[in-house]
Amino acid sequence: MLGRLTIEAIPLYSWVAMGGAAVTVGGGIAVFLLITYLRAWKVLWTDWLTSLDHKKIGIMYVVLALVMLVRGFIDALMMRAQQAIALNNEGYLPPEHFEQIFSSHGTIMIFFVAMPFLTGLINIIVPQQIGARDVAFPFLNSVSLFLTAAGAGLVLISLAIGKFSTAGWTGYPPYSGIDYNPGVGVDYWLWALIVSGVGSTASGINFIVTIVKNRCPGMTYMRMPMFTWTTLCISILIAFAFPALTVVAAQLALDRTLGFHFFTNGDGGNMMLFANLLWIWGHPEVYILILPAFGIFSEVVATFSRKRLFGYKSLVYATACIAILSFTVWLHHFFTMGSSANVNAVFGIATMIIAVPTGVKIFDWMFTMYRGRIEFHPSMVFTIGFMVTFVIGGVTGVLLALPPADYLMHNSTFLVAHFHNMLIPGALFGYFAGLNYWFPKAFGFKLDAKWGIRSFWFWIIGFYLAFMPLYVLGFMGMSRRMEHYADPNWQPYLIVAALGAVCVLLGIVCIAIQLYVSAKNWGSARDLTGDPWNGRTLEWATASPAAPYNFAIVPTVRDIDAFHDMKLGGTAYQPAAAYEDIVMPKSSGLGPVLGALSFALGFAMVWYIWWLAALAFVLALVCVGIRACDDESEFIIPAAEVARIEGAHLGQITSADMHDMRDFQPVGPASGAPLPGRA
Amino acid sequence: MSETALNSELLEHEEKKSLESREFGFWVYLMTDAVIFALLFASYVVLSKNSAAGPTSRDLFDLGHTAGETALLLLSSLTFGLATIAMTSDQAGRVVQWLFVTLILGLGFLAMEMLEFHGMIAQGAGPGTSGFLSAFFTLVGTHGLHVAFGAIGICVVIGQVLVKGLTLPVRSRLVRLGLFWHFLDIVWIGIFSVVYLPGVM
Amino acid sequence: MNIPQFFRLTVKRIWIAGVLGMCLLLPGCGLSDAPVLHPKGPIALAERDLLFTAFWIMMIVAIPAIVLTLFFVWRYRSGSKKAAYAPEWDSSWKVETVVWLVPAAIIVVLGTLVWQSTHKLDPYREIASDKPAFKVQAIALDWKWLFLYPELGVASVNELSFPADRPLSIEITSDTVMNSLMIPALGGQIYAMAGMRSELNLLADDPGVFMGRNTMYSGDGFPDQHFKAHAMSEADFTAWKAKVSGEGTSLDAETYLELHKQSIANPVAYYSSFETDLFKLILRKYAPIVGPYESEAAELICRGAA
Repeated sequence: MLGRLTIEAIPLYSWVAMGGAAVTVGGGIAVFLLITYLRAWKVLWTDWLTSLDHKKIGIMYVVLALVMLVRGFIDALMMRAQQAIALNNEGYLPPEHFEQIFSSHGTIMIFFVAMPFLTGLINIIVPQQIGARDVAFPFLNSVSLFLTAAGAGLVLISLAIGKFSTAGWTGYPPYSGIDYNPGVGVDYWLWALIVSGVGSTASGINFIVTIVKNRCPGMTYMRMPMFTWTTLCISILIAFAFPALTVVAAQLALDRTLGFHFFTNGDGGNMMLFANLLWIWGHPEVYILILPAFGIFSEVVATFSRKRLFGYKSLVYATACIAILSFTVWLHHFFTMGSSANVNAVFGIATMIIAVPTGVKIFDWMFTMYRGRIEFHPSMVFTIGFMVTFVIGGVTGVLLALPPADYLMHNSTFLVAHFHNMLIPGALFGYFAGLNYWFPKAFGFKLDAKWGIRSFWFWIIGFYLAFMPLYVLGFMGMSRRMEHYADPNWQPYLIVAALGAVCVLLGIVCIAIQLYVSAKNWGSARDLTGDPWNGRTLEWATASPAAPYNFAIVPTVRDIDAFHDMKLGGTAYQPAAAYEDIVMPKSSGLGPVLGALSFALGFAMVWYIWWLAALAFVLALVCVGIRACDDESEFIIPAAEVARIEGAHLGQITSADMHDMRDFQPVGPASGAPLPGRA
Repeated sequence: MSETALNSELLEHEEKKSLESREFGFWVYLMTDAVIFALLFASYVVLSKNSAAGPTSRDLFDLGHTAGETALLLLSSLTFGLATIAMTSDQAGRVVQWLFVTLILGLGFLAMEMLEFHGMIAQGAGPGTSGFLSAFFTLVGTHGLHVAFGAIGICVVIGQVLVKGLTLPVRSRLVRLGLFWHFLDIVWIGIFSVVYLPGVM
Repeated sequence: MNIPQFFRLTVKRIWIAGVLGMCLLLPGCGLSDAPVLHPKGPIALAERDLLFTAFWIMMIVAIPAIVLTLFFVWRYRSGSKKAAYAPEWDSSWKVETVVWLVPAAIIVVLGTLVWQSTHKLDPYREIASDKPAFKVQAIALDWKWLFLYPELGVASVNELSFPADRPLSIEITSDTVMNSLMIPALGGQIYAMAGMRSELNLLADDPGVFMGRNTMYSGDGFPDQHFKAHAMSEADFTAWKAKVSGEGTSLDAETYLELHKQSIANPVAYYSSFETDLFKLILRKYAPIVGPYESEAAELICRGAA
């Protein structure tokens, strides 16, 4: 009836695990009670969970990401604490618990922090940047969100029921195979990946179509904002790469559940196939995480340097180059597998070539700042911190791309330091910059800048403290994933790294305080114009938060900096002569239902509860079938209602709220011609 | 009256636009599916000689049987094409007829495939026997699963044509389902030439 | 409220503590004998030098990138009234040419370096020497290393001994999950995989004792899966040989099965002889095609105790 699920699934094996379970379950109950106390269930369901509004879906993605960031970070803190004390002793974590923690840390940070964070920001912003009223497939968007949430739910519930994988976030077989890892942990990992991976693939398809089909008139490809460009590139990467993840996870699941022999030791299995398939997804994935952040940096650096983005074309081509090259380098993740020198050298060189377009980007941002008027908004500060720190990560990346050097540094903490050096400044700082930059667009008020700056300092100092020692430890021969160690020389570095983690903790606390303080004082930080930063791209043309339809009149674009151009030309904030009816998608409860069913399916597959798996699968098919027969999924917002909403928005903007475009007057000798149409 | 007429015109315009997006999106989806099959093919090629202690492809494959499957599937693609042609000339009845024939042919293909799988498993050549057979069953089985979903899709579309007639969204669904069905044909030709033919050579 | 001030102070304190801490640490703690930075063999030395060379070449771009970024940030801060301001300046052929071509040129140089060094430092490549290579077979087990010495007919667990003046040529496989064999002071690593044979060629400059380990996480006993590699002078090596032959027991198929069981922090053990073709048999255990077993030992090893 319940497969292999018994009372023994409750983690009584260590007090730390018990504590984790208690916090997870307690947190869930607390949220449930809070919503009940606030009588918010109805609002939550009708206004949020069933909403097909891309902005609300985006917000839900980001909330999911922030919650999971806290969970993933607690894992990190626990690992740092363990390694700081575990010199010649077992520390406070038994090996099997430490193994679960490093596995869940990686899995959570990649799949349930970075992916939903970037997908959320894309959802909120990209349709507004391209002058669209919605994404191409609003319902699919909702399904993607809830599949991601279902995957996150599987990882979370593994704390309370059963165990999580002990095989690391890459889950290399044969160690992750049933022979060496018979519990449910790896299955939790696999099903979380499969469920959320399908959601990500759907998101990728959705944004390819959205950007190709839904751009407003005048927005040619070479006038798309950089964030939209990076979104297009990563959506294509997702569509090509995520199927590989689905395949490799499904194959391993078949090995484990039905006794197949894809990756087993013996019986004709081949573990090298796994490494290849995993990294055919895994390397593009790195760029899927980083490129949207590059897009955010591009937007932020132009806005807060009060300048046009330097080298737009270069940036576009560099992004496209990176996207294409990202499929040609996967083998550098296992130079040490014993490929021939020719193969290793080719992949090493291909890897280095990626450094060229990446370097170009850094220089283009730098020259955007050149002769600008830089304002130190938190998002800009994160951008500057990124530019400086990311160069270091790039250098160590090229070092690892030299196969002979990789033989020395592979599997060491140097590698760990390198990819954190790419992903924390390269991806997470970008998302934080995006959070600070676009928060008013999503909620209608600005985030507190002081606490934003503070969070930045804690993050960056914490980052250096936590990861520079790991580079050094790599030179000292320390392998990654060590639960304890015997070399007393390592300990001081690990203590510094633990201090760094504490510092990052303070950074996260600052973000929490920032959110709290901003929400408390929201009335005094309202964004009435919809353009709090004197922005340049089209998303600032809408109200903050934007009306359900974003644009009452679909705008026509003449420039890369479309809204800046409108403000200069005096066409911004103009009411239309007449409004028209607008067609929008109706809400649908099928998204959350499909999410719940896929969670049930994943959970049932983990615990071998076959009837539940079959039931969930059939019900999911039925849901899809119902949706496929529904031809009345849209409704109309009448023109009068549109006129009312627009009138209310434009009515509250006084000329004092608007930015003085004379600030853009050039200064100094060789600064270019004065702006056209300016006395 | 005029307002509802206007509304329905607007809705229709939006619908057309969204159906256009759907068709493009469906092409992109097919591409992701093609990647899945490409990787399953790659896995098969890597593992095809790893028959361990179990039987090899030469012991198992029967080209005659496979030819039968191929004939059924190719023919079904043809009949689906005829259904699409009937759709362009607005003959709802014809569309349903041809779709029904397609469905029967597809089910016939599935039945033959089940028979083949059953026979193999009965003689101890199940997917758990060796890497080769794991890859074989996964590749061919995934294709079979797609055909099964396609068959469900045909049932749904037949129902929609009967209930709603050849409305714009129904036509669009029919076209997309057709793309899917022809795509499966192409994949099958790949399976035939990568799995079965070299398997008996 | 004093909270902002408090935080500013905290930030400052953490900075100071961090910087001071790092300064104290860097020279103090073991960096002077970090195996990667202070290699003890020509292969590791060449790999390290490559690391350093590539590092310095990249500084041509990295240093200007960091310095210019910080300089521009300071120079063009909005408070600065002196700085020029060119809000519409968005492209320059000169700048673009430099930022594309300089990194590209560096990558051409580094790419050439990669091509040459990857071939020169291919772990499979035999090391040229006037003396024949000393062959060792390494088998990864849960969680220990078994070393077979075909030349001597002896075996050891969690200790690798070899004559310092001869190149060391290791054949590697695994009788468990994926492992990776590395002796950082002598050179890079290579994976150990069941059913597959990989190779690693190393050379020590002088006699010495070096840390070696599995670097690929493999389960509960992973942290303790390390060993000492002894590069010995001729006299020491002869003595070691005598010791192992004298005090060790025989590693026959049955003993091997016992050894194969999981154990953590296995003590060093010696065997005076080992089952004929043990390495081949372990490889064969996972080989795709299985035929009749040629001996009872083969059957034991390939099919386990059952």
